Amino acid sequence: MREVYLDNSATTPVLPEVAAVMHKIHTDTYGNPSSLHRMGVEAEKIKRRARRTLADACSVKESEIYFTSGGTEANNLAVMGVARRLRRRGLHLVTTQVEHPSVLYACRLLEQEGFALTYLPVDREGIVSPAAVADAMRADTLLVSVMHVNNEVGAIQPLAEIGALIKKNNSETLFHVDAVQSFGKLPVQPLLWQADLVTFSAHKLHGPKGVGALYKRQAVHMEPFFHGGGQEDGLRPGTENMAGIGGFAEAARLATAKLSAHALALSKLKKNFSAGILAAIPDICWNSSEEGAPHILNISVAGTRGEVLVHALAEEGVYISTGAACHSRRPELSHVLLAMGRKEKDVEAALRFSFSPLNTEEALVYALEKLQAAVLSIRRVTRR
Amino acid sequence: MKKIYLDHGATTQANPDVLEAMLPYFSEFYGNPSSIHSFGRETKKALEEAREKVAAGIGAEPREIIFTSGGTESDNIAIRGAARALQKKGNHLITSSVEHHAVLDACLALKEEGYELTVLPVDEYGMVSVKDVEAAITNKTILISIMMANNEVGTVMPVAEIGKMARERGITFHTDAVQAIGLLPLNVNDLYCDLLSLSAHKFYGPKGVGILYVRKGTKLDVFNFGGAQERKMRPGTENVPGIIGMGKAVEVAVADREKRSARISSLRDKLIQGLLKIEDTRLNGHPEQRLPGNVNVSVKYVEGESMILSLDLKGIAASSGSACTSGSLDPSHVLIAMGLDHQLAHGSLRMTLGTDNTEEEIDYVLAVMPEIVARLRSMSSVYASSKKE
Repeated sequence: MREVYLDNSATTPVLPEVAAVMHKIHTDTYGNPSSLHRMGVEAEKIKRRARRTLADACSVKESEIYFTSGGTEANNLAVMGVARRLRRRGLHLVTTQVEHPSVLYACRLLEQEGFALTYLPVDREGIVSPAAVADAMRADTLLVSVMHVNNEVGAIQPLAEIGALIKKNNSETLFHVDAVQSFGKLPVQPLLWQADLVTFSAHKLHGPKGVGALYKRQAVHMEPFFHGGGQEDGLRPGTENMAGIGGFAEAARLATAKLSAHALALSKLKKNFSAGILAAIPDICWNSSEEGAPHILNISVAGTRGEVLVHALAEEGVYISTGAACHSRRPELSHVLLAMGRKEKDVEAALRFSFSPLNTEEALVYALEKLQAAVLSIRRVTRR
Repeated sequence: MKKIYLDHGATTQANPDVLEAMLPYFSEFYGNPSSIHSFGRETKKALEEAREKVAAGIGAEPREIIFTSGGTESDNIAIRGAARALQKKGNHLITSSVEHHAVLDACLALKEEGYELTVLPVDEYGMVSVKDVEAAITNKTILISIMMANNEVGTVMPVAEIGKMARERGITFHTDAVQAIGLLPLNVNDLYCDLLSLSAHKFYGPKGVGILYVRKGTKLDVFNFGGAQERKMRPGTENVPGIIGMGKAVEVAVADREKRSARISSLRDKLIQGLLKIEDTRLNGHPEQRLPGNVNVSVKYVEGESMILSLDLKGIAASSGSACTSGSLDPSHVLIAMGLDHQLAHGSLRMTLGTDNTEEEIDYVLAVMPEIVARLRSMSSVYASSKKE
């Protein structure tokens, strides 16, 4: 059976080049970077090169990149680490209603610890207003956390504007950006955004699972989660996931080298696929805009249930999702689409297609055919 | 040049079978285990099979296994999670002065938050005494954390006795077994532990993935927040290839353990005997209750780091203590706790043997060591003045 993988926002396959780098680390340069002997020194060099690659990809200093076990850990660390460290300075944080659960749940826990949280609404496109961020800020606002690209609908937040307003209001308020979905697809620019903390994850850009990173501006102090051997400047101790780190850097290098070409190709895929849906399937509610990220398309197919379509398409070898993978095993409705003002039945009917440069136009034509057929047969049954 | 790896306590090379098991999960079966489509269900199934292998390997049930990013995370989640979850019951923690920093520093951080902490001393062999543990227990004690085997000097602790005592008193018992699996018999029931940490890269699995065993019914506060992975105990997209590799690594580690341990022990004994023939050397750690692969000697009048660099030039990878602190100039906290003076602590050399080491390699090490020590001592003013006395 033909297989078309359109769930690249959930995770991506590891590129052969990346796998090759990882294999070499597993078999040849497997030393512990903390060891003094040659094996250790070699490993340390690999780690430094990887750190430099990531730093270069977003024009920051090498010493400001910290490796973690993934996006969730980096988001948790950023939000909770800053709040706990700075709680004497203030107790207020600002975020949005459409963040990834690793930010939202961290915020909820902070509420239990006595912090005050403001969860900003978004408009029908999923965009948060910079003015609303500024309005929400208090004299004791420690941190504002806003994602770059939303993982379910692809909405791009106006980070440069938000960052400028935050710093204008209070230069001490820190700004965290979850760039998990955008890194490798759009320029990630901590300096332009005036961001103090930025989260990355490798497995969303054809790197391995189990590794991520946090950009932390030098002057920012935060509480680590873990204590131990002092690795990553004490911010994230534990023997480094060396193959993961090497693979992450290679994936980041490949993605950033072709960033604009990939973005263009992805935009074209999304545009043509959208046009195809528009022509072939009536009664679609569009949850992603043309201005959104080039690799995410979220639609609600009236008269269907998202989960049913996901399974129907999987039977045909087309893999998509109803929204975020991390809660797609739970029956809850998407908090993102609800925040965007979608009706409950549209939320239940949501489908997310997420593309990668590995997808071809021709594969999308196949996916569209299967989608059209599945929608047709479901609607035939439900409307009878 | 020869390449002799004697630093298995720091990290090990992934076993070829482990790598082979991982390979398909990078680019072929790469789905997100949380995805509901068949692509995700495939990886989810493989993940659960790995969990079963791990559980079977240590005598646990699959649902008692939580996958983490490594030993440090496992230790931290165990200690902080248990302390937080049990704070209504009491606030006293017991650990030992020779634990890995992941345990010791997590405990010290809790002390700063207001918990009471007893850090037990060890004897000259680095051994924790069961009697000391018993004497330290108060009616406020909620957690005891004692490692199964020390990473620097290899001393094997009486954890089963401590565990039994803790269980009789209803106290949660955690053991860091990172160095022990594949070398010592390891069954969570025999150890009477409620929490046990493992790290894949210490037993021929990949780096960046570890295990926390959580005995059912054990109270543990959650650390990280996000998706519902690992029953919400440890959210984040799973390191699927790493976990699959670790499942295989546990399988390999447990099979043939006795034979492997016996072989490594005999190499270890040969290495120890040979090294102790060099004058003014001493063995650190227990002469019998000792990890099969661990050799730790102090060579008087010589800096451990100088020996490591000299050995490195001969193609031999060794360490002075634990890898994570080998960049630091402070002497090992383990050796100091054992009562070694700073000079002996600074002159420590750790060689940790693994499955791939051979008798010829040990012969080679024993052949080059005397000249290295002699050369370094010839440059040492302390040595010169001591010989004049």
